[in-house]
Amino acid sequence: MFLAQRRLCFLDSRAKFLKTIYSSKILGLPTSAMSLKIINAKRIEGLDSNVWTEFTKLAADPSVVNLGQGLPDISPPIYVKEKLSEIAAIDSLNQYTRGFGHPSLVKALACLYEKFYQNQINPNKEILVTVGAYGSLFNAIEGLIDEGDEVIIIMPFYDCYEPMVRMAGATPVFIPLRSKPVDGKKWSSSDWTLDPQELASKFNSKTKAIILNTPHNPIGKVYSKEELQIIADLCIKYDTLCISDEVYEWLVYTGNKHLKIATFPGMWERTITIGSAGKTFSVTGWKLGWSIGPNHLIKHLQTVQQNTIYTCATPLQEALAQAFWIDIKRMDDPECYFNSLPKELEVKRDRMIHLLESLGLKPIVPDGGYFIIADVSLLDADLSDMKDSNEPYDYKFVKWMTKNKKLSAIPVSAFCNAETKLQFEKFVRFCFIKKDSTLDAAEEIIKAWTRQKS
Amino acid sequence: MAKRLPARRLDGIDHNPWVEFGKMASEYDVVNLGQGFPDFPPPDFAVQAFQLALSGDFMLNQYTRAFGYPPLTKILASFFGKLLEQEIDPLKNVLVTVGAYGALFTAFQALVDEGDEVIIIEPFFDCYEPMTLMAGGHPVFVTLKPSPTGDGELDSAGNWRLDPTELASKFTSRTKALILNTPNNPLGKVFSKAELELVASLCQQHDVICISDEVYQWLVYDGHQHVSIASLPGMWERTLTIGSAGKSFSATGWKVGWALGPDSLMKHLRTVQQNSVYHCPTQGQAAVAQSFQHEQLHFGQPSSYFVQLPQAMWRSRDHMVRSLQSVGLRPVVPQGSYFLIADISDFKSKMPDLPGDVDEPYDKRFVKWMIRNKGLAGIPVSIFYSRPHQKHFDHYVRFCFVKDESTLQALDEKLQKWKDELRP
Repeated sequence: MFLAQRRLCFLDSRAKFLKTIYSSKILGLPTSAMSLKIINAKRIEGLDSNVWTEFTKLAADPSVVNLGQGLPDISPPIYVKEKLSEIAAIDSLNQYTRGFGHPSLVKALACLYEKFYQNQINPNKEILVTVGAYGSLFNAIEGLIDEGDEVIIIMPFYDCYEPMVRMAGATPVFIPLRSKPVDGKKWSSSDWTLDPQELASKFNSKTKAIILNTPHNPIGKVYSKEELQIIADLCIKYDTLCISDEVYEWLVYTGNKHLKIATFPGMWERTITIGSAGKTFSVTGWKLGWSIGPNHLIKHLQTVQQNTIYTCATPLQEALAQAFWIDIKRMDDPECYFNSLPKELEVKRDRMIHLLESLGLKPIVPDGGYFIIADVSLLDADLSDMKDSNEPYDYKFVKWMTKNKKLSAIPVSAFCNAETKLQFEKFVRFCFIKKDSTLDAAEEIIKAWTRQKS
Repeated sequence: MAKRLPARRLDGIDHNPWVEFGKMASEYDVVNLGQGFPDFPPPDFAVQAFQLALSGDFMLNQYTRAFGYPPLTKILASFFGKLLEQEIDPLKNVLVTVGAYGALFTAFQALVDEGDEVIIIEPFFDCYEPMTLMAGGHPVFVTLKPSPTGDGELDSAGNWRLDPTELASKFTSRTKALILNTPNNPLGKVFSKAELELVASLCQQHDVICISDEVYQWLVYDGHQHVSIASLPGMWERTLTIGSAGKSFSATGWKVGWALGPDSLMKHLRTVQQNSVYHCPTQGQAAVAQSFQHEQLHFGQPSSYFVQLPQAMWRSRDHMVRSLQSVGLRPVVPQGSYFLIADISDFKSKMPDLPGDVDEPYDKRFVKWMIRNKGLAGIPVSIFYSRPHQKHFDHYVRFCFVKDESTLQALDEKLQKWKDELRP
């Protein structure tokens, strides 16, 4: 009863009400060793591991040349940085803006993307601004995918697709890109294709959506018109949605063209097209992305938004809008960042390909994106001190390479589901949106490595 | 498309009352005291901190650590560690989110499962209910009730209380969490230590997690003290404490918030984060880190923004309380937060038939009438109540007083006109 008396001393005049509940029955000693129930919700069961957390930590050592995570170490264009600086000085832009997207930004996005679609785009009803393209993927999946639905995911896949689909209680159905034999010529991302029959076999009445990523991470494939038509035909036949992740849409190299599946007949009404400021303007840290689609789909992503983060940061959205206006006005100009960046990156791509070849590797030349994957088993690296780990080969290789060669990359089996990790376990992904000095440092490492081998 | 489109988790949560009132407020010439954001700028040091983040290292334009920009998690850990008298590890006990709104969402998704019950104290910040529903949870409401006030006396938010027996009866074996908001939006109640101890003992007894939304923690008036329930004995291990840079530094548009708590809970929030937004924007976080450095240096002193802002808002609150009375609105004096609610019962009895839909609560019809006819925008308080209880609390309007002096003067002008119209 002592505890009850102590408690009552702290109470104010409403003690008479509280006495009724502080009976000995209810008053227990607060135990610090109290065990909590099963704490986490089932939706996140098994989704706690994440390749990036592990490998970003590994590559954080400043002596390591980091070609792993897909972030540019080049500066964003000057006018983009300047716009943000100017905007930060404007008072009203420090307060909340429209939840579904800052008005000037959705207007700019509508104006830009209308150039690619046959229809006009309603900035308020057919566009949603999200926390990066990642946020758009989340809103689309949470908004449209239900427990029991099936979602087709093309392997290798940007690693968040699988856990997001599982978190929504749905079942991912995987189909791998397969490569034709390529003796006598350079291995290209276009050599990796989907088998049309195999793809058709993955669709059924439970298929709610297919997630498409073009240009593709990690292979760099830019889907052709014919390939997209096959996917579109199946989507229409099975009344399936298409979530099209097009974050690398501007990064296509000579001889290739980025096509939007939403512009194919019958596809606008069933497609969410996702874009990224981070990848468009080399500002991944701004975490702004967008979803574009018909209102009968976008409105559900908007419902998710108003129940998750409500609105995105205002100053960043305004700065992005202004940066867009600059480049929208000069789409045919080589100075337009949408044109100049892929030109700059194509040079870096070719340099990286050459370096990897000099090491004796067979890299897959990407038609788009800013990654290259290469089969590293040809190096026959001595991974004996990693033998205790039961991780896939490429995980062990990347850790070995980071430790011994001070060069980091990302294992491609991280982009595969558990059952098929072995299919891609010899491949490692290198990011080439890096400044020249980074690529120089990578070159030094590779040259030394080559000398050591011979 | 023939297939059913929205996922079932969106059932019943698509309606958004803010859109309607926000739209109306922008269409008419009004003094907008509706949505809760300051119409004055953030303090100079915060604006400078943002400028610094933008003009500094260009790598701040790229991704940072997913769970929080390290200098920010470090300063949050040390700043709040002192306040909560708790050892806080910046990597394990701190998560940076997209506003406090994002922290709430992350917490609900991480911890609330299908069939779990979540106790929500009414009136509540309106997102708690749909977030509970989206997580498959079942909201259980318990209402703060005002005791009758003396004639001619103004009601006070402190006068609104939970009935302890009623509160205890809401806990069942299915109760997973209780969401607490102190200082409270919309009422402005600052829960006393005794009231928090009551909540704490029930949470411990029933093994329930406490999600404590403390975004207005610095905005307390009349000498009231904000108490974080996580600082009470036995509560750190079962509490998530949520905060907001937007409300702390009058920069709601930066959308930087955080959750603090034990690793046993935080690890689940991290899982949700890495599968939802993953990273938060870097530069906003750098600006907030710098702003907290400033506050840490000036903590408790007259030069601290966390001292100056509540002092200034205290005056604004008093101004608004005085002004509203001139037209027969009866404000409930808040102890904290950005808001007060005003009783419109007199209007309800004098003008019961304002235009509106058949089932529309009186306060919604009143606010629309007020926007159209009196040039003043507020928010009907019934939106902060569960559907079944809305009819009992349809006689209050919420006003935000965290506004510039010029806005309060504009309010006075509108009220003067209104008062003139009341004369026969």
